[in-house]
Amino acid sequence: MKFNLLALDHQVIYQIIEPGCRVLDLGCGSGDLLYLLAKEKDAKVQGIEIDDSAIYKCVEKGLSVFHGDIDSGLSDYPDQSFDYVILNQSMQQVKKVDFVLDEALRVGRKVIVGFPNFTYLRARLMFFFRGKAPITPSLPYRWYDTPNLHFLSISDFQDFCRQKKIRILSAHYLGKKRLVKAWPNLLALNAIFVIAKP
Amino acid sequence: MEKKKQSENNLGLVKTQYFTFAHPPQELKLESGDKLGPITLAYETYGKLDKDKANAILVLHALSGDAHAAGFHEGDKDPGWWDVMIGPGKAFDTEKYFVICSNIIGGCKGSTGPSSLNPKTQEPYALGFPIITIADMVKAQCNLIDHLGIKKLLCVVGGSVGGMQALEWVVLYPERISCVIPIATALKHSPQQIAFDEVGRQAIMADPDWRQGNYYGQAQPEKGLSVARMIGHITYMSEQSMEEKFSRRQKDKNYSFKFGTDFEVEGYLRYRSDNFVKRFDANSYLYITKAMDYFDVSGDKLLPKDKKLAIRFLVIAFKSDWLYPAYQSQEIVRQLKIRNMDATYCEIKSSYGHDAFLLEVEEQTHLIKHFLNKTFYGYNIARNNEI
Repeated sequence: MKFNLLALDHQVIYQIIEPGCRVLDLGCGSGDLLYLLAKEKDAKVQGIEIDDSAIYKCVEKGLSVFHGDIDSGLSDYPDQSFDYVILNQSMQQVKKVDFVLDEALRVGRKVIVGFPNFTYLRARLMFFFRGKAPITPSLPYRWYDTPNLHFLSISDFQDFCRQKKIRILSAHYLGKKRLVKAWPNLLALNAIFVIAKP
Repeated sequence: MEKKKQSENNLGLVKTQYFTFAHPPQELKLESGDKLGPITLAYETYGKLDKDKANAILVLHALSGDAHAAGFHEGDKDPGWWDVMIGPGKAFDTEKYFVICSNIIGGCKGSTGPSSLNPKTQEPYALGFPIITIADMVKAQCNLIDHLGIKKLLCVVGGSVGGMQALEWVVLYPERISCVIPIATALKHSPQQIAFDEVGRQAIMADPDWRQGNYYGQAQPEKGLSVARMIGHITYMSEQSMEEKFSRRQKDKNYSFKFGTDFEVEGYLRYRSDNFVKRFDANSYLYITKAMDYFDVSGDKLLPKDKKLAIRFLVIAFKSDWLYPAYQSQEIVRQLKIRNMDATYCEIKSSYGHDAFLLEVEEQTHLIKHFLNKTFYGYNIARNNEI
């Protein structure tokens, strides 16, 4: 896997992380991002993943990964075990978002959260004009087969951070192929936030 | 996953070797305080040790295993107990690695155990053999590794009791291992596991032929040992694998209305245990199961607190294993997380129960092969054949 073949969200996260960092990826999938971080940025990486076949792919790449769910996967780690904890496209799938984010912020100095923006323009149109649960490139599932448990917008997440007194260190808004500059809550498919404890 | 050519890649003829050490007065000090010596360890090696002596892998066997892990002994029809995993191009690739399989003390497969001659009395030790622990077994193995001139093992691997030995290697000689693969094992025996062992031991000791362990030269307590093995076999399988293998199938169409073997599962247990008593010593069964029950490296005993260790772990469990359930492997993982160790954990889907570690070849091969590759060569090579 080379950088320019990475998905846009992975490219953004890859660029955020400094060389030599300790990184924990919650829901690391087949490990493309972690592999590149380990190989090119000499990061010390660890993944947690629930899907067997993804685990085999990680091990194939030489990655270290724990077979397990995110909801219970963090409690054993000491505080500040990692420089970055990544929750990319997995936060909306955990049962207790509050708890997992707290735990991620405990074991990581910084947390990178990536999630699909529910109030993307096309989603709003589908909802408003067609009266249907939205299906978009970042929310491609139908109501009955989605793994997502939580649906949120960029504004929702910003509110959440404000309430919880979580610091937003940077925010990145993603369109289909490039970053979105204006009106992210309307035009971004995905968002990536770097957050830290107050 | 890669296609493997397993059957045609075997090691051919192999021979068990023997190493004797701990001659008096330099006997091995045992955990119990007793001393044991001289000690003979049976072992086999496959592949070649490289110039730096950096490619050595120590394979440790389960309760009834032996040093003959792979290849064929002259005249034998069946290969060693883990032949599917060890050989050219296999999980433990003997074209890259030097694989050592060491027997354990207390056993009856060529290493010093209760059936060996006590040099002081010129009679078999029998119950005069000291109680040994997993740590004692590992200390003996370390003598063998020294003898082979290996300073650091690339990998220590084992399933079940073999996994306990692998974990004990981490406890005793952490600086001498690059990676460790504990399979279907535990940091300590649960009361249920101790109970199963105790029933096995009681079955042996209740057999009048056991004679307080002094049966050598006479008949082995076959009945008792055979019952112990039957219990063992039940715990090695799963309900599902027994259903698939035997269901309620009968040997004959009709019930016999006698206490013979009506059901296939009964025949299987009798057949397997009859074979077992021919090749295994009853006293060894007592000693080894006791060592398993004493084993406890739970909590922070696994990893020394004051040292930063660079050992990689690959922990493997099997879904249907109820003798060493996955939660026990997760306990190992817990300790590794607490210490921020570089580790991989995988719970392999299997219906074979505890036996899966001998049977689920494809998944284990995939995990182990790539894990070893990364440990030995680093990221670059690990990925070479993939892009």
